Amino acid sequence: MFSYIANTKKEQEEMLAVIGVDSIEELFSDIKPEHSPKSFNLPKGKSEFEVVEYFRKLALKNSSELIPFIGGGYYDHYVPSVVSSLMSRGEFFTAYTPYQPECSQGTLQALYEYQSAICTMTNMEISNASLYDGGTALYEAAMMAFRITKRKKILIDGGVSPIFKKILKTYTSNLDFEFNETEVVHGTADRKKMYALLDKDTAAVIVQNPNFFGAIDDYTDIVEKAHAAGALVIESVYPISLGLLKTPGEMDVDIVTGEGQSLGLSLNFGGPYLGFMATKKKYARKMPGRIVGQTTDKNGKRCFVNTLQAREQHIRREKATSNICTNVALCALQSIIYMSVIGKNGFKELAQLNLDKAEFAKSVIDKIEGVEVKRSSPTFNEFTVHLPVDASIVVERMIGRGFAAGFPLGRYYKGMEKYMIIVVTEKRTKEEILNYAKALEEVLKVKN
Amino acid sequence: MELIFEKSVEGRRGFLNPCLDVDVKASIPSHLKRAKDCQFPQVSELDVVRHFTNLSKMNYSVDANFYPLGSCTMKYNPRFTESIACMKGFTDVHPLLPQLKKGELLTQGSLEVLYEMDRLLCEITAMDSFTMQPLAGAHGELTGLMMMAAYHKAKGNNKKYIIVPDSSHGTNPATAAIAGYEIISINSDKTGVMDIEELKSKLSDEVAGLMLTCPNTHGIFNSDIKKISEMIHAVDGLMYYDGANLNAVLGRCRPGDIGFDVMHVNLHKTFATPHGGGGPGSGPVGVNKKLIPFLPISRVIKNSSGKYELDYDYPESIGYVASFYGNFSIILRAYAYILYLGKQGLIETSNNAVLNANYLKERLKERFELAYDRICMHESVFSASRQVENGVHATDIAKFLIDKGCHPPTIYFPLTVKEAIMIEPTETESKKAMDEFVDAMFEADDLSRKNPKEFADLPKTTPVSRPDEVKAARELNANYFAE
Repeated sequence: MFSYIANTKKEQEEMLAVIGVDSIEELFSDIKPEHSPKSFNLPKGKSEFEVVEYFRKLALKNSSELIPFIGGGYYDHYVPSVVSSLMSRGEFFTAYTPYQPECSQGTLQALYEYQSAICTMTNMEISNASLYDGGTALYEAAMMAFRITKRKKILIDGGVSPIFKKILKTYTSNLDFEFNETEVVHGTADRKKMYALLDKDTAAVIVQNPNFFGAIDDYTDIVEKAHAAGALVIESVYPISLGLLKTPGEMDVDIVTGEGQSLGLSLNFGGPYLGFMATKKKYARKMPGRIVGQTTDKNGKRCFVNTLQAREQHIRREKATSNICTNVALCALQSIIYMSVIGKNGFKELAQLNLDKAEFAKSVIDKIEGVEVKRSSPTFNEFTVHLPVDASIVVERMIGRGFAAGFPLGRYYKGMEKYMIIVVTEKRTKEEILNYAKALEEVLKVKN
Repeated sequence: MELIFEKSVEGRRGFLNPCLDVDVKASIPSHLKRAKDCQFPQVSELDVVRHFTNLSKMNYSVDANFYPLGSCTMKYNPRFTESIACMKGFTDVHPLLPQLKKGELLTQGSLEVLYEMDRLLCEITAMDSFTMQPLAGAHGELTGLMMMAAYHKAKGNNKKYIIVPDSSHGTNPATAAIAGYEIISINSDKTGVMDIEELKSKLSDEVAGLMLTCPNTHGIFNSDIKKISEMIHAVDGLMYYDGANLNAVLGRCRPGDIGFDVMHVNLHKTFATPHGGGGPGSGPVGVNKKLIPFLPISRVIKNSSGKYELDYDYPESIGYVASFYGNFSIILRAYAYILYLGKQGLIETSNNAVLNANYLKERLKERFELAYDRICMHESVFSASRQVENGVHATDIAKFLIDKGCHPPTIYFPLTVKEAIMIEPTETESKKAMDEFVDAMFEADDLSRKNPKEFADLPKTTPVSRPDEVKAARELNANYFAE
């Protein structure tokens, strides 16, 4: 048994004497016998070696050797070694939320830099210091739009991640809000249907770029129409694509959110991830989450503090813009280290590399008999294919050949059982792509 | 210190992308392209390493400093859990894998972690089932409140109010409001616990439930807790246990045994996962049988052949509260911590957390006004009221402590105590570390009487001193690139 307790028996006794009690038991006298645990049947402690061995074996029960062509919003990008090396410094790792700015300038300045990087990446005016993940960030954006417009309806494009849509519905099911969804046509937003539903009760239109099917779009026209109706536009974006793609800021989008996992975070079976959010400066006071601001100290020196705290739960309690307290500061730190080391030119190149490899994969996969790469809209690094058989069966068979072949759309869309989305990141080599195509061809030849 | 953007030099590189090994140079239509370049810095890898290394030196941390931040349980974060969390077999697993046909077979290791952690937390708290999805404590609160709402809806109950004590964390009322409830606040009585008479007078059939930390933020365990839960249950209200202070009662008392129906656990407090300068946290939510049907999906189950799988078939579930299965690598660390400590280690943890808190309280009360002079649990609350008589406030004492190399306690919280100084040493601190802290506090008290004006110049040892927070809000600058 070990429990990281420093004090020796002797010290404990000295302390009890100072307190004026005879035993530790006396310190628990407010907990009466009627409060005692009915059981506390836990395993005995183990040595560090035994615990580490247990987990080493457990990790082997996961298949981490599959070559991933699966994405769906969560991507296998290369993370430079310097990212984990720096973020695991104890000075960052074991600090709390920076409530005392004088002894937290490290975290605060890094978060200010993170916010600035998110702003230049999206061409937005102000970012917060992070939210939990891409899905909950989109929910927070919807709540923010309700607060700003005081309207009750959200129009959501069918190209938005089905996972995010489920989250939105969960959080608002007990609230007086209405969701309308428009279906995607030829891979992109159905403007006609969307405009027909846009009215004076619409708080916001939610779009995603690239959308869940991989299609990329310019939403400037939707933004104009939405603004004319007094509604906001929320866009969920995939950060790496912004090395190339038209930014939310350039489309005059009002609130941007996204999943920041691809900015230097491991896949980690779903978390921790990084929800980011940026908006226009005029909406800063309606934004949820912590915001780090620049100021000066009593000697006129530049420094950083948590600011606009009157929005937050620890000051505002039930009138706060959100209940969020702990966010994901360390993941934000990871991502600012990543964005710094990738750099301005590296970021552009990285996006182009993803595009090129995906286009190469498209051209190879398209040649397989019975497989059709959907080309109704341009894509970035993820695209939809139509298969002659149920995609979930194809994916299952591909696992046997060492590939996570893609994500079958039938999982979330009725009637799309023969479709799947495939992603090709910069990590996929020509050889892997060719082997993938070969395996896919063979798998499709197998009769049941 | 310069910003990373200010160190940027046109053309400098810090990293080389993988090479393009395919013979394709693709392009997209120009109207879909960004026109304005993204201004990430142009720096070398060494620039990045120096920048963030030097930034890190401007932080106080548990690794370097005593960190008695009340209510935050800043205990030592064991290193071995880091090496486990970094195992490739855990870090490289795509979260959509188990959602593929037979894909659960590819992720048995990770699913086992989630399943077994659920079992352990149930035994620790006397709940019947946990969801690992909530990504932080406040997120757990919201998950719990949404389940409470679903419960009342299913029963056709017409509920409008959530009761919170005035000593509660700000997240409690904020969560209840976001979940669609109105708040009833109950004052503390003279002994530092919720005023039971006031509770009686404000209780009605429209009360959906009560949110409580126990021990509360005054560090006091409410001996009337069973009576309170009976009162709430009598109106078919539900008892929500905010697990922020669970570190005080491991093996001593389990929320499920004393009438709580739903709770969250802050893994980043009680179970020693690093706080990271403000997250990621993890806030699993446990429920008793009443609320099991409403748990979020997916849920991890063990099938008849002993394999773990995801189950989505719960028609009354509130749905998805997070994209996947929770902050997996945080859960993994906490699970490893529990296995390492085991039953006796967990009991020792609470024993020593409470011993340390009482020791500090007894030593400090000689010079500082103790809000409630009685045995405390894991933390105690003082007031700087005696020092205020000389014009020295809680924040001044905090700045003094920074110069002594100690992270200040939580100040100005709970709101129930004026000039509050809330101190939680945790079990991992030694008597010596606490004695040094007491010495520093006494020195602050000495100075408050001898030369109170000196506090205005503090701290002197830090890179910056007394930031102008009003200016930060008034002349908002949160983006280096803002025009």
